[in-house]
Parts: sequence; C-alpha cells; structure tokens
Amino acid sequence: MGYVAVKGGTDAIRHAEELVEFYRVQAQTPPLSVPQIMTQQRLGVDKVMGEGGLYAPEYAAIALKQTEGDVFEAAFMLRAFITTMERRYYSETVNTREMFVRRKISASFREIPGGQVLGPTRDYSQRLLDTRMVHETETDLQAFLNTFAARIDKTRLPEVRTYDKVIDLLKREGLLQPVGNAEDRTLKDITREAITFPAPRSARLQMLSRAETGGLMALGYSSMRGFGATHPTVGELRYGTVPLRVKDPSGRVRHIGQIPLTEAEMVSTIKVSKKKQAPYFAIGYGLCLGQNDTKAICMGILDRAMRSPDTSSPANDAEFVLYHTEGIESMGFTNHLKLPHYVTFQAGLSNLRQAIDRANAEAAVAGGVAAAATAATPNGAPAPHLDPKPAHA
Amino acid sequence: MIENTKYARRYHFAFIDESTKKEIRRKLLKAVAIPGYQVPYSSPEMPIARGWGTGGLHVTLAIIGRGDVFKIIDQGSDASVNACNLRDFVHRMTDCKTTYDTKEATLIQTRHRITEEELTEQQIMVFQVPQPEPLRGVERYEFKTRQMHGEADYAKMWVSLYESIVRHGDIMLGAGYPVKVNGRYIMAPSPIPRWDVPNLHQAKTLYLFGAGREKRLYAVPPFTTVEPLEFEDVKFRIEQFKDVYCYKTHYTRAFLDELYLDDGSREHVINDSNFLDKIEQGIPITPFSNPYIL
Repeated sequence: MGYVAVKGGTDAIRHAEELVEFYRVQAQTPPLSVPQIMTQQRLGVDKVMGEGGLYAPEYAAIALKQTEGDVFEAAFMLRAFITTMERRYYSETVNTREMFVRRKISASFREIPGGQVLGPTRDYSQRLLDTRMVHETETDLQAFLNTFAARIDKTRLPEVRTYDKVIDLLKREGLLQPVGNAEDRTLKDITREAITFPAPRSARLQMLSRAETGGLMALGYSSMRGFGATHPTVGELRYGTVPLRVKDPSGRVRHIGQIPLTEAEMVSTIKVSKKKQAPYFAIGYGLCLGQNDTKAICMGILDRAMRSPDTSSPANDAEFVLYHTEGIESMGFTNHLKLPHYVTFQAGLSNLRQAIDRANAEAAVAGGVAAAATAATPNGAPAPHLDPKPAHA
Repeated sequence: MIENTKYARRYHFAFIDESTKKEIRRKLLKAVAIPGYQVPYSSPEMPIARGWGTGGLHVTLAIIGRGDVFKIIDQGSDASVNACNLRDFVHRMTDCKTTYDTKEATLIQTRHRITEEELTEQQIMVFQVPQPEPLRGVERYEFKTRQMHGEADYAKMWVSLYESIVRHGDIMLGAGYPVKVNGRYIMAPSPIPRWDVPNLHQAKTLYLFGAGREKRLYAVPPFTTVEPLEFEDVKFRIEQFKDVYCYKTHYTRAFLDELYLDDGSREHVINDSNFLDKIEQGIPITPFSNPYIL
C-alpha cells in the first residue's frame, strides 16, 4: 500500500534529531565553547536576547551553539525557557541618564554634552572581507591586546561619569512638547496578558522591543520611503550598561546588576492641523537589549508612526505593525505549513469537486443551446471557482 | 565563573510555572461560563513553535494532573510526527500515562478532528486552534471583530455566506465551519471538518479551545447547543463519502482519507487511527450518533 502517515512517527523524529546532531559535528572541528560564542559572537547573542526577551548571555550562547547559529531558533528557545520561570519582580524604571556610555551619537547636533562617542561600531569602516581572519591565532589576539593597552595612558583616564541627554537641550529650548499621555504611565506586561487594541504605549514598546530586527526594519524603512510621512532624525543613540533595581518585599530598592541596552530617541517634526498652533518636535522611542542600533532606530520610527492619526500606511497601523513584526510567532506559523493538512484539505477538496460538478452541469445545459465548441478553458474544463476563503491550517 | 548548578535546573511539573497555569485555569473558567466567547490570555512561549499547537498545550498543561491518561491526535492520527512530539513533551513534563485508546484517555488534545468514538462526561477534549476568530474572513481588524461579537452583529458573516451561495451555489466553507454557541456567540470550531461539527452539539464532554498565537481561549461546556450557520433553504451538510468505503475494513460511517497507492489507484481509509485499529482487531466501538450521515 501507499504511504500513510500513521505509525512510526517517534522513530522518524529520533532519526531527524540524530541527523541534526550529525550535521553539526560531522566535520570534526573543535567544539565551540560557550564563552567563545558569548564574547566573539557578541552581536548574535545580543540579537537572540533581544528577540527572546530574556537577558541571559550564557543561555543565549548555548542556544546559538545548539541551533548552529540560527538566531530565530535560538531566540525561540530562550522564549520557551522563560515560560518555566515565575515572574517574581518588575524592575524599577530604568534611568538611561545613569548609563555607563559605551557609544552615544547624535545626528541632530554637531556637538552634544560629553561629545560624540563612536564606541564599537562598523558604521564608518569599509566592509571589506578580511581573509586574514582565517589564520587568526591566540598569539595574534594577545599581540593586538598588548598594543591596544600600550596606547592607553592610564593617568589621563577621566573619572567615570554620566552625560546629559540631547532631549534635555531640546526641552530647555521649549522645542519638545511633553507628551502628557496617561498611557505612558501604565504598565501592561505583554508576557502575561494578551495585547488588545488600541494597545497602550507600554505594550507597543514591549512588543517592538522583542520584535524581529528585520521585520522592524522593513516597516521602519517603508515609513521613511513614502508609506507614511515619518522621516525622523537621530536625536540621540546610546549603547551602554545601566543599573537595574527591584523593590524587595520589605519595600527596599535593591541593585541587582547591570544590563547592556541600546536606546534611540528619534526626533521628528509634528505638523499640527489647527492653524494657530505652531508645529513642534516629538520623540519616537526605541530601547532594546544589547547592542542593536538598527532595531532601536526602527523602534523609534515605528513608535512615532503608530501614533499618527492617519492609519492608511502599514507602519502607522499599530495592529499591523505589532502582529507582523513578532518574529517567533510568524516563524512558527510559517513553518506549520510543513505539517500535514489532509483532513482540512479533504474538506476543501470535497467542496471544490462539487462546485466543479455543478459548474459542469450548468455548462452542459448552456452547451445545449450554444455550440459545444466554445470550451470554457484551454483544457476543456470550465474554470473551477476557488474557495475565496480556503480552510485554515 | 558560572556555577555548575545553574545548568542542572529541573523542569517544573507541566513545564509552565504555577502562577501562569493558575491564570490559564481562571481564563478557562471564564470561557466555560460564557460558551463560545474568546477570552484573551497570557499565552506563554512553549518549546513548540507558534502555530504547531501551543494553545492546545497551554490548556492541556494547565489542567493536567498526575492521574490523567493523555491522548493526542493530529488530523486523526495518534502517531503522526507532530502528535508524537507533543505527546513526548507532555509525557516528559508530567510523567502522565499516555494512550492511543480513545476510551481509556481522560484528556485528549486534538488537531482538527473529533474522535469517531463518542466521548463521555469523564473526558475533556482540547482543540488546537490556528484562527479563533470566525469573523476574520469578513473583518481583518481584531479591534472591530471584538466589537461585532459584543453587539452580536453578525450581519457581515451572514452576507458572506449568502454571497458564497450566489457565487458558487453553496456555502464554500470546508473545515472550520462557523457555529452559533448557546444562541449567542459565533465560534470557529478549530478547523474540524464539517463531519465533526454535529458532535459538538449537546455533547457530554467538555470541549476546550486554545489559540496560542492569537492568545485566545474558548469553550463549549457539556450539553450546550451548538448550531452550524445555515439558511432555511440552504441547510448545513457534512462531507459525503458517496460510494466509497474503508479499503481495510469496509466501514463506511467514518471520516475517510483518500490514499493514492503506488499503482496510481485511489483507496479510502478510516482517518481516526485508533478507530481503525479497533475495527480491525474486532474491539467493540461506540461511535458518535451523527444525524447528518446519510
């Protein structure tokens, strides 16, 4: 008899798992260590943590190792891991003015408080493939580190300090209008509650913060390219570590550690509809785990775009943006198409056949009048009417 | 350095943490209290991909106890890969007994079928739901469909059914045929084939529905009226397997799958794998009584 997907599933799964393991190790190269991935694949780890919604560099590195570098799958594993843990605390609001800045730039002003700090970035270097990477040895790394250290005059290291923000300059000049929205002060935890629309800003920003970078970029880009009218300027982009605090049961605020964050404050001009009111600047805000400039910037664009009253462009439509940039959910659903659909397909098939039969019968009646030579389609069969809304998965 | 114990973490019973399971159970109670109404819930991430049965797993894991006997089917089969994988996961996280036998199970999770054997008051059936919103085809915005449900404004739905009849001579909805539950809410019965829809009506069993990606739970409590949408002159009907029978058992009164054999010929076989096994082995069966089977 033919193939029936009935018995034998367990064996098939086990073999598939074995093959995955085989593909990972078959070349017999030395196993990657988790600290190696944590440090040398830093941006991949940051992406996994951000999209996974969990700050855990070691676990993100394990996930990357296990998934052969597939960022989607690795983020997916972190998300699933969160489900096994209680939520004990909500942190106190993070204050990015306390950030130990590793990178901060502004495109709005030439000079900003504390100066422009490029920090680690590939933005201004040529993306030329460096084949010397092939022969990199531990000695090379050590040599680089020694040279690097030798160039630092420790006596000239300034004391560690924090910097004022660019938006403070704008506020002082009265160019930035306070949002004054009560929705900014309520927290909706999207990991514990389903999102409903219209979604409060806290939910929107959380969704964006866990969203898939590529998805955010596509929609953010669409908004700049003409689908919507957002063309903001980077007011300030910061990357660095901020202290994290929680309130313990006795009410004492306790410092629990530091996390690296990228923050983008995007300035755009808001044109007002009322004639007498002057236009003003407003901020679109982005914040994500680790270093990911692109994501933070696109969050900032979309945060602003979703507050536009005109929802005719995709990026301005909160429901469209938030549902479709959720990478882990869209990946799961896309891949479910690989599951068998024979029962649901059978249901559609049965409808389609009957519809074709009815169409044939009608054609036969009509054919009695007209000449049979006028076949409806090239292959002689009448065009089948397809179900306008096919059975879902 | 990282402490070693950190990685030796044991998984919690039924995977999900207790407070989240409690939240899901509270939402299920609400769903049971308002038959057919879609209750939003937290929908935690599972180690199974979205769209592969996470909603069903949430419900299963929130209500399963150590004494439960668990069965899972995917499009009628206990042993298709997705069913195997989910059964293995539930078993690993709960250590509950698992079974293929419809009669023996206390808790059955299903993807897109109701068993051919009638279920009892002692059993609970959990449906995996890809699209909980029956109005999605006529209204793309969740915001508006919630409003339409609130106002029992189902005009667009009726118009679309009518238009389908005008265009195609019939209501062209196959699996997932919309039903009205307890005379109030229109509900999408997961995409079960129309064949299974009558088995929701006045059933003895509690039916729970979980849509993970869309973060909605709903329910059909036992002995609840479930009516497929139909017109006075165009009635609801189920798939008809005319002049065909199960080639292994010659049984006709079950949902049949089409098989294409190696020689290109076509046969039919009973879709419900446990039902097929029982008939083949001569074990007595107790099918649902389905008034729509001709």
